[in-house]
Amino acid sequence: MLSGKPTRREFLQGTGILIVSFSLPSAFKSALAQAANSSKIVALDEVDAYLAVDATGRVTLYSGKVELGTGVSTALKQIVAEELDVPITAIKLIEGDTLLTPAQGKTWGSLTIQNGGVQIRQAAATARQALLQEAGKRLGLPVADLAVEQGTVRSGAKQVTYAELIGGKNFSLKLDKQAPLKDPANYKIVGKPILREDIPPKVTGEFTYVQDFNLPGALHGRIVRPPTIGASLQSVDENSIRGIPGVVKVVQQNNFLAVVAESEWGAIQAAQKLKANWSDWQGLPDQSKLWEYVRATKITKDDVTSNVGDADKALAQASKKIDATYDFAIHTHGSIGPSCAVADFKDGKLTCWSASQGPHDLRTQLAAMLSLKDTDVHVVYMEGAGCYGRNAHEDAAADAALLAHTMGRPVRVQWMREEEHGWDPKGPPTLMDLHAGLDANGQVVAWRSELFVPDGTGGVVVKLLAAEAAGLPVDKGMSPGNIINNSAIPYSFPNVKTVAHRLAETPFRPSWIRAPGRMQNTFCNEAFLDEVAVAAGADPFDFRLRYLSNDPRGTELLKRLIQLAKWRGRNATPTTGDVARGRGVTYVKYELARTYVGAVADVEVNRKSGEIRVRRFAVVQDCGQVINPEGVRNQIEGNVVQTVSRTLKEEVTFDRSRVTSVNWANYPILTFPEVPEIDIDLIDRPTEKPWGVGEPAAAVVPSAIANAVFDATGVRLRSVPFTPAKVRAALQSASEAGHVVDVPQIASLAFNQDISQSPIPYSTVTDFARFLG
Amino acid sequence: MAAKSIPLHVNGKIAHVSVDDPDMPLLYALRDNLGLRGPHFGCGLGQCGACTVHIDGNAVRSCVMPLSSVGKKKIVTLEGLSLSGKLAPIQEAFVSEQAAQCGYCINGMIMQAAAFLAHNKNPNEDQIKQALADNLCRCGTHLRIVRAVKRAAT
Repeated sequence: MLSGKPTRREFLQGTGILIVSFSLPSAFKSALAQAANSSKIVALDEVDAYLAVDATGRVTLYSGKVELGTGVSTALKQIVAEELDVPITAIKLIEGDTLLTPAQGKTWGSLTIQNGGVQIRQAAATARQALLQEAGKRLGLPVADLAVEQGTVRSGAKQVTYAELIGGKNFSLKLDKQAPLKDPANYKIVGKPILREDIPPKVTGEFTYVQDFNLPGALHGRIVRPPTIGASLQSVDENSIRGIPGVVKVVQQNNFLAVVAESEWGAIQAAQKLKANWSDWQGLPDQSKLWEYVRATKITKDDVTSNVGDADKALAQASKKIDATYDFAIHTHGSIGPSCAVADFKDGKLTCWSASQGPHDLRTQLAAMLSLKDTDVHVVYMEGAGCYGRNAHEDAAADAALLAHTMGRPVRVQWMREEEHGWDPKGPPTLMDLHAGLDANGQVVAWRSELFVPDGTGGVVVKLLAAEAAGLPVDKGMSPGNIINNSAIPYSFPNVKTVAHRLAETPFRPSWIRAPGRMQNTFCNEAFLDEVAVAAGADPFDFRLRYLSNDPRGTELLKRLIQLAKWRGRNATPTTGDVARGRGVTYVKYELARTYVGAVADVEVNRKSGEIRVRRFAVVQDCGQVINPEGVRNQIEGNVVQTVSRTLKEEVTFDRSRVTSVNWANYPILTFPEVPEIDIDLIDRPTEKPWGVGEPAAAVVPSAIANAVFDATGVRLRSVPFTPAKVRAALQSASEAGHVVDVPQIASLAFNQDISQSPIPYSTVTDFARFLG
Repeated sequence: MAAKSIPLHVNGKIAHVSVDDPDMPLLYALRDNLGLRGPHFGCGLGQCGACTVHIDGNAVRSCVMPLSSVGKKKIVTLEGLSLSGKLAPIQEAFVSEQAAQCGYCINGMIMQAAAFLAHNKNPNEDQIKQALADNLCRCGTHLRIVRAVKRAAT
């Protein structure tokens, strides 16, 4: 059961130094040499892949999922501390290291706790079970008589520590799905707002982001991007940078052009001043006709995401039809720190330090690019500036890898601001046509939608810029495939058909950005649903509840939202002068399978300037079991603020050759004075599965705002971003069409708001401020 | 161009940095020459605030501040706020309010807020928001940052 094989403790400690230190001790090199030959167990079904206990009782948690700034490193430790009964301070985390951590999949899709954390919990439960059995043998007592406290197994005066039982040895155990999990009623750590361990070093400057990391003797690399996306390099004039001190080399490989220098400033200046001739290229569509372009793009296949009854027939027979088209602009990730990576190529082996959300996938991509074996590439995760999806971290890693491979010296590549805005892969343009039919009684009889998004044949990776430019092996196809999620709806209408037309091309490398597709699709669906509710003369809560009758958690969530938001019906807020006030309701069941979120937005619309101010968001979320309520609230707030920004302001602009929104002046994001207040009711269900929280609350934001703007002005905004110009145009066109810009009278709430007979037990999470005292 | 040695007054000490270009922005001297990684590179354009330091008590964007213009002025970086080994009240407030997600912008938030609070002892929320209006956060931690600054002021 508990074998006597030693672990690679010393090696791991060496790696720990490597991860956290800027100035590297000389011992580092031998640690790296060991690393290359190590055989740390990483198989997904082995306890040793996730957990080790050393001779002093300290626990090391190996996680393939990584900390992106969402607080999961603390939450994952909470899970282990709880299940093993060790102090959280006794746990050290090693994350996203291709030699040391199990390949638990990318850190994306709000799956770190839901999938990764649950695997880790099972590993901890398996380990605990084995430790108790071993302790029983040692103490001569039945397991039932044993209790664990702070890593010590006790029964009366008899005791034995985890360190004595396993310290420094392997568990050599398969993950046991039957290993008993702790009863949530006995939780002491999970469900509590434990303070994040990474915040103190982040407020003192001690924290080492990948942008802060470097190796002794490393060169600084900067990439010289072509003036147009598809340009070919014709010639380079190296004399143009003669005289810039410290320049070591101009690296050219097909259309990949870079400079490497001894100093960072030298590299920056050289990259700015290097003269090169590039061919012209004008392959981008005309942005003013983007949606015509999307509609005209070749469809490679249709994904039918739901099909109930006969939507076409029911639509044809409906007594009232509603049709609308929604669109959502191209977005950039907008990381505050541009992407960065460090790479070292030595003795045929590549090591790359990267903030990639998928170190294991990046290893495969880098190996393919440089024609190396996967086993000759080692990717080490280091946290970077928040990325919110696949930004350019992987591209910076490829740049650094290619330069290190060329130079035979370590190279650090730091992207510049205009590179990050101009060249990171983008959230693709999204277009949806929607149709609904009502019968004579205002009941929905049909819902049909057609979504236009890029195909997803590229799978889980985005092709690497450096590989493509240098003419090296590159991934095929476009990502991401899963952006059709939430194009189907959570409401039980009798006839529904939702289809995603997958497009053969899109203007920029498509990528996922927070709640990818789910947010755009929820915008279209929930804003259109509001149109349908108005056509049916129904209150938006009443209308949703009517068609959620078979979903008790969704129903309870909406009823709690009514209370949190103090909902009093549509158009219940007064309008004075130029400023119109309104409230909008929205709801999502994420991917129709997990986290529920409902929201009410309060907005003000200035009819003269067209400016929208989002004043307040009321959010209710049910993500099942809450691991760290403080972390969850932080994520809800972040989702709301970031997505208000995306909804009101953000749009990548481009001409026929390149992105033109290349800094914060022409790609503005939300600023402090514009941030809404946020009220949160977090439903904790300790006995349910823990679901993801990093994305779902983003999904509801654009539709809540759109619906609130309609409530305020009677005007529908169907195109994100809701810029002042678009608002003014919509108001103008409504006024010219003779529409009374006022909201129709809607029946007031017609249901019982009593939630005391909730079908599922819940408890409101303790307010964090009160917890802190 | 021969390398020049430039004296800088940083976090209470004189440090000499050897540079080829005296017009190099201060940020690179702090990060690359002196190993001070509190100030971050965000845009190099003075737009986001991630690189903010104090110069004679004022919050300044070090990514657009040429070394040659610093002279004998006193520079304080994020690291300089807690030289005694104890967190400054503004840093403690950020921890108490859990006012970070990725935290990359937090250097700028703390340095901007600290300079603001030095002259505004009891600001209201709107004044705090105005003081931070030119500092960008992408994670959406704004409400917590405002609460942290408020907490530090009281």
